[in-house]
Amino acid sequence: MDLKLDNVSHSYGDLEVLQNVSLDIPEGKIVCIVGPSGCGKSTLLRMIGGLEQPQKGKILQVGDVPKGCLNALTYVFQDFALLPWRTVEGNIKLVLEDHRLTAGQVEEIISDVLSRTKLSDFRTALPKQLSGGMKQRVALARALAVNPAVMLMDEPLSALDSQTRELLMGDLVALWERAPFTSVYVTHNLNEAVRLGHSIVVLSRRPGRIREIVEIDIPLADRNSSSINLERKQSQLWQLMRDEAIAADQELLIV
Amino acid sequence: MSNTNNATTSNNKVFKTVIFRGGGYSPKPLAWVGLSVFISLILMLEVLTRAGIITSLTMPIPSDVFWTLIELWQSGLLFKHLAPSLSRLVVGSFIGCSFGICVGIIIGLFSLARAGLVPLVAAIFPIPKIALLPLFVIWFGIDETSKYALIALGTFTPTVVATYGAVDNVDRTLIRMGQSYSLSWMSIVRKIVLPGAMPGVLSGLRISLAIAIILLVAAEMLGAEYGIGAYILQAGSLYDLERLFAGVAILSVLGVLVSAMIGLLEKILLKWRV
Ligand SMILES: Nc1ncnc2c1ncn2[C@@H]1O[C@H](COP(=O)(O)OP(=O)(O)OP(=O)(O)O)[C@@H](O)[C@H]1O
Ligand SMILES: [Mg+2]
Repeated sequence: MDLKLDNVSHSYGDLEVLQNVSLDIPEGKIVCIVGPSGCGKSTLLRMIGGLEQPQKGKILQVGDVPKGCLNALTYVFQDFALLPWRTVEGNIKLVLEDHRLTAGQVEEIISDVLSRTKLSDFRTALPKQLSGGMKQRVALARALAVNPAVMLMDEPLSALDSQTRELLMGDLVALWERAPFTSVYVTHNLNEAVRLGHSIVVLSRRPGRIREIVEIDIPLADRNSSSINLERKQSQLWQLMRDEAIAADQELLIV
Repeated sequence: MSNTNNATTSNNKVFKTVIFRGGGYSPKPLAWVGLSVFISLILMLEVLTRAGIITSLTMPIPSDVFWTLIELWQSGLLFKHLAPSLSRLVVGSFIGCSFGICVGIIIGLFSLARAGLVPLVAAIFPIPKIALLPLFVIWFGIDETSKYALIALGTFTPTVVATYGAVDNVDRTLIRMGQSYSLSWMSIVRKIVLPGAMPGVLSGLRISLAIAIILLVAAEMLGAEYGIGAYILQAGSLYDLERLFAGVAILSVLGVLVSAMIGLLEKILLKWRV
């Protein structure tokens, strides 16, 4: 299943947030969205996920939702959004309980996603016992459990320290290599963008418009933090964003 | 080398330990402190009353109160007074709190209920329920029902206020998360809103149950032969200070027990809290 954004515009009152955003999200690819703070990235992602309605334009699903998919558009939140009163296992069960699954099927899904995210030993732990990186892994396992058609990730790694972020990026790449998933990945970290994105959408400052789409055709597995090609892409992105970021930073908010 | 004030010198440089100033503001459990405050206060009273500095007209001797309690227990009267009081407390506050929690949740979830009921609750809350005693007798009769009703009404309003506050405080990102996984409305309420509101509801119960104990005495003014409240009222009208204080002591113990029970409940239900 592909996604297609068709001329999406939105404003909050007088504040124009998004302007004529048109974008294709092809199946099996990771599309990164970068842009200066406050340019409407999170808003755009909420609209793609159906948590908010755009005032103009349409968001379309192209093709059918694949079979066996329990929740087509699935979020991974920046602050993990785990239920603190449920164990790791319980948090994953939460999203399976509303579907008609047998106990055996649920068990099978849970052990599968836990082993894919290297969490099998932490099944009965409560979120308060886990580190930030572990919590985000649990959130990832929960997202994988519903077998999503598209994963919508809003700065999923920005609450983590840089070492953990590096590790989790590696995990995401490994997960994608094993079973390519479709994803829209919002970040303000250009390094994450060039490591994980098949294409990178650069938004202008508010009102967010698409400035440029940068494609990277190096396979995900071959990208590492010291690759020269990636360095070049990253500085190209930074050139694109620099002026926007400076201008966005100096803008006075009229409230 | 000198070593005064934690300062040492070597090569003409002064080394001082950085002064610690980061303590406090974090309550620690110190169980024995509460008990020793009680005991020392009572001991002080004992000494002052025995020495005659406080006359027996203003304050009974604590040990006399203690013997009165023992006597009450040995004569079997303690149970006779305690049983009806406890059943009034349990039935009345159960009705009040469970209705209160239900209404609080409904107010928390539905804007219409909020708009309609919050002003009503605010209007009922400050009414001294004791002032309505005669009315309760006419509405519910002189028997147990009116006592249940009084305690129930008294615990209802604080429970409602605490509960809808607790529902309002449930983390919205958790609710968004539930919606993003297309959980049913019922699932979101049952699995996210209710457990999330639990800490607030429990601390509300603490207040409601203390109010229930206060109202117990008021309820037993409605004419009751037995009951801690009735016992205190009798003692008061005879100006029998020992028995009056014995009754008050029972109520205090009841208060401590209820509070400990809720503490236990919090420990069990809120294990997940950081
Ligand atoms: N519900 C809302 N009501 C009013 N204004 C909003 C709302 N949500 C977002 N905004 C405003 O819209 C603009 C874009 O917000 P958004 O969160 O999408 O930005 P962002 O690109 O995700 O920023 P960041 O990089 O800081 O996460 C901001 O100026 C924000 O203040
Ligand atoms: Mg954002």
